[in-house]
Amino acid sequence: MTNDSDEIRPSPEAMLKLAQAEEAQADRGKLKIFLGYAAGVGKTFSMLSAARQRKREGRDVVAAYVESHGRAETDALLEGLETMPKLRLTYQGVPLFELNLDTVLKRHPQIALVDELAHTNAPGSRHEKRWQDVQELLTAGIDVYTTVNVQHFESLNDVVEKITGVVVRETVPDNLLDLAAEIQLVDIPPDELLERLSEGKIYIPEQATRAMEKFFQPGNLIALRELSLRRAASRVDDQMRSYMETRAIPGPRSVAERLLVCISGSPFGEKLMRTTRRLADEMKAPWHAVYIETPDTGRFSRENRKQIWRDLRLAESMGATVASVTAATVAEAVAEYAGRHNITKIVVGKPTRPRWRELLRPPIVDQIIRASGEIDVYVVSMSLGERRTATQQRRQLRTIPWAGHAAAMILVAGATLLCSLVQSFFSPTNMVMFYLLAVVLAAVRLGLQPAVLTAFLGVLAFDFFFVPPVFTLVVADTEYLLTFLVFLTVGLVISTQVARSRERAESLRLREVQTASLYYLSRDLAGAADLVAVTGAVLRNIRESLKAEIVVFLADGEQLKIISASERLHLDLKERAVADWTFRNHQEAGCGTATLGSADLLYLPLKTSANILGVLGVRMTDPADYNSQQHRLLLNAFASQTAMALERVRFSQQAEQAQILQARETLERALLNSISHDLRTPLASITGALSSLRDQEGLDETARTELLATACEEAARLNRFVGNLLDMTRLEAGAVRLKYTPCDIEELIGCALSVLDPRLGKREIAVRLPPDLPLVMLDMGCMIQVLVNLLDNSLKYSPQDQPIGINARTDREWLVMEIIDHGPGVAEADLERIFDKFHRVPATEGARGTGLGLSICKGFVQAHGGKISAAITPGGGLTVTIRLPLAPPPQTEGSAHG
Amino acid sequence: MDETKPGDHPPRILVVDDEAAIRRLLATVLESSGFVVHLAENGSLGLAAAAAVRPDLILLDLGLPDLDGVEVIRRLREWSPAPIIVLSVREREDDKVAALDAGADDYLTKPFGVPELLARIRVSLRRVVDQAPEPVFHSGELEVDLARRLVLVAGQEVQLTPTEYEILRLMVTHAGRVLTHRQLLSRIWGSSHLEQPHVLRVNISNLRHKIERDPSRPSILLTESGVGYRLRTDP
Repeated sequence: MTNDSDEIRPSPEAMLKLAQAEEAQADRGKLKIFLGYAAGVGKTFSMLSAARQRKREGRDVVAAYVESHGRAETDALLEGLETMPKLRLTYQGVPLFELNLDTVLKRHPQIALVDELAHTNAPGSRHEKRWQDVQELLTAGIDVYTTVNVQHFESLNDVVEKITGVVVRETVPDNLLDLAAEIQLVDIPPDELLERLSEGKIYIPEQATRAMEKFFQPGNLIALRELSLRRAASRVDDQMRSYMETRAIPGPRSVAERLLVCISGSPFGEKLMRTTRRLADEMKAPWHAVYIETPDTGRFSRENRKQIWRDLRLAESMGATVASVTAATVAEAVAEYAGRHNITKIVVGKPTRPRWRELLRPPIVDQIIRASGEIDVYVVSMSLGERRTATQQRRQLRTIPWAGHAAAMILVAGATLLCSLVQSFFSPTNMVMFYLLAVVLAAVRLGLQPAVLTAFLGVLAFDFFFVPPVFTLVVADTEYLLTFLVFLTVGLVISTQVARSRERAESLRLREVQTASLYYLSRDLAGAADLVAVTGAVLRNIRESLKAEIVVFLADGEQLKIISASERLHLDLKERAVADWTFRNHQEAGCGTATLGSADLLYLPLKTSANILGVLGVRMTDPADYNSQQHRLLLNAFASQTAMALERVRFSQQAEQAQILQARETLERALLNSISHDLRTPLASITGALSSLRDQEGLDETARTELLATACEEAARLNRFVGNLLDMTRLEAGAVRLKYTPCDIEELIGCALSVLDPRLGKREIAVRLPPDLPLVMLDMGCMIQVLVNLLDNSLKYSPQDQPIGINARTDREWLVMEIIDHGPGVAEADLERIFDKFHRVPATEGARGTGLGLSICKGFVQAHGGKISAAITPGGGLTVTIRLPLAPPPQTEGSAHG
Repeated sequence: MDETKPGDHPPRILVVDDEAAIRRLLATVLESSGFVVHLAENGSLGLAAAAAVRPDLILLDLGLPDLDGVEVIRRLREWSPAPIIVLSVREREDDKVAALDAGADDYLTKPFGVPELLARIRVSLRRVVDQAPEPVFHSGELEVDLARRLVLVAGQEVQLTPTEYEILRLMVTHAGRVLTHRQLLSRIWGSSHLEQPHVLRVNISNLRHKIERDPSRPSILLTESGVGYRLRTDP
């Protein structure tokens, strides 16, 4: 694995594993399992003793669910521990008590005690199983102490059954044991246990007395005890190994073994997987479970597909890496997968087919052995009892396509009719061709079974109607028997081949469709720049490729908000609660899962490696699709693609926001500078002038007049600036509501000039208006301000002796006004920017501006639906052009008192 | 009406404004101009003072803390013919128009110059004194002889349409005071034309071209933006 010099350093993978494990552990609660081998070994007792110890140490411990079964010693230990109320459910009239998950989550203790991990919850609970409740507590960051017997572990289930003959239905996934931070083995010798049983110290439910008697046999107990000891030991071993790996302590290492087991949907799948898991455990090796989709599997019944799905989930719960592969044949795919994933051992089931069928086609085991090369192949036997149930199941599963068969009969009848029409022209041997044609048609159109039926019916019909003696099944000429045989063989071969290629094409097409839909989604998502586009793409693509209705929830702080949903989906509170659960626990829930399975929709978390961003809710048109492996894989792929796209959008939004914030900050600084400068300067002049008039003795008349004039001018300037600030604020707040009135442009110009009158002096203003200028609908107050600001600008920046021109004319749908000055103008590059807020053209002497005036002009003109632009006046200077629509925007309110 | 006649006593002016600084300024300015000034700092006190003092003119701020200015005008107009001049800021054109339509005589935009204020006060007081205007009106180059229906600009007779003459006549009888668009429309065309301001605009424009030297910078027929029109009187 590593060379000598690296030997003492932990490998990067090992470090990564450690880091990930520590990270995952950081927020999650820790699980401590009290592991026993039978009821009565004292698991609950040990758990409570440990809990009391923790409580004495000052930890916040709560008995979330502890069953004392009326035992005094247990009750005594429970005393002084806070006990949570149990959840009472009524099922078929019987009251049942369960762990009250919500109460515990709300109470949020440091440590919660939950007895009997393998318990199956009453119908109507949130989860099917109590271990799922425990997982939720752990996710919420609560440490959990729990008890379980070794026989409840998934991978040991069948071994226990074999040893004791008792079927254990309540199972716990093995990876829970792997996840546990601590495992405490609770062990007493079997003799002692039996003694306790005879003393009546062990609680046994009445209905299970007989089963328990069978269970509590010394032989059984010894075997179970060994199992539990081994399990605990292997766990210690694991910890030791990972400790050594991460600290780079040299020592015996396992060869990198990897196991592979195939899932076919057969009833032996479960046993096969348990065996593989045990093997993997013993070898301390990771294992893979693969479902191989071949053209043949297209024929699998729905029940069969469900089984495959269940098997894959079981494998996952037992810690396997699960995959689904499409290939032409199973053997090739297995070999290929094994090669790609460095598999060292393949586990397969021993064939159970009758010998004669193996003659026709070599069993898959042989094919795999041949194809797998250097890889070891373990063949696991299936017991006879199991096989019987298997074939029974298979038989039940076959559904007969009645419509296809009816069509087959019609085809045969048609062929017969055709033959009878041409009977006089052809010899009977050639008429067989018509029947063959019918078989081919049936194979192409109807599938394998109808095609086979057509072949058989064809032979019978041919014999009955055309082979002498006609209208009997008797054959006079034995030569026809050969005809029959060949016809039948050819018919069957054609049927099989055609049907197979059809199915292969069909399954390829399905794959193709799925690949294409994934491709389309990722393409659409790649182009989606914002949230709306992303959710739109998801909605559209999932609806098209899965025929499903979907809803997208996104996290809004701690809450989930519906961002978009198909129109036909109506989510009630219960559905929302399921979505919420998915969000909080980062796990799928709802229809087709083990959590809150009664929901209408399936909910998938939209999560990336770091975050959960929201939840995707899906409603399939066909309920069976919830359990379809293909659909689920595709949905998961969709969900992760969506999550990545959403995260990308979020990041880019954050970046954009940061940019906006920065821009706003700059602007605010400019505003503050401007306000403090433009307010204080006139105030300083006014205060100076007035205080000097009041306090300074001996001012002559000229000086007094000068000071008074200054104060008045500066006060007027201050007033203009406040007006501008108010206008700007109104524009910024979007509070500009235009009051359109029919306006005489000449009057408008007159008003603007009269405002500026005190400052115009002798300046020449050249107003050029065509005589036929119509009235224009506009807000007079705003437009006067625009003209005032523009003219003010021209007055400031152009020399006294230069005229200022005001032109107005109509240009098609527009009123065009120009303010023309002959000042220094503006640099070409600045023409665009002079309408920006606080943009000040480098000031010529004496020209002072707030930098607000022109941006207010722009704001008001744009509010009118118009445009404002600046250009250089021919011969020097600035020309500002305003274009206003002659017909006002539709929201116009006419007003009598404009 | 007898008690409002000046000459018997200096005119009494009631100032209703919630800003102490403005009250102080107005009191100083008006008293030094020979008026007797009474002050009130809100609408209700203003109404009470108006009844007690019987002022010859009321200066009313529209932004009062307790009562809407228009409401104060309405209540005053129930019994008092005394001229009311409203004080308002630039941004509240609608308030000014509402106040004028409710019966106020004129308005001033804050900040205002004292000479302007005194001129408005004089014009408004004159309304009360001379009910019948002079038969011949002068303003700059314009001369209007109401008795002979004659309009002269720089001594030359100008032909006006009947509507233009009506507008000018109305402006002359209210010379120096603002007339709102609404007041002009209803008095000249009748209340059915209240919603047709363009008729007024066109006529005013035509009128200006006949009586103003530079119609784009009118010096006689002035526009009060957003409010109405005012005919300038010779000072």
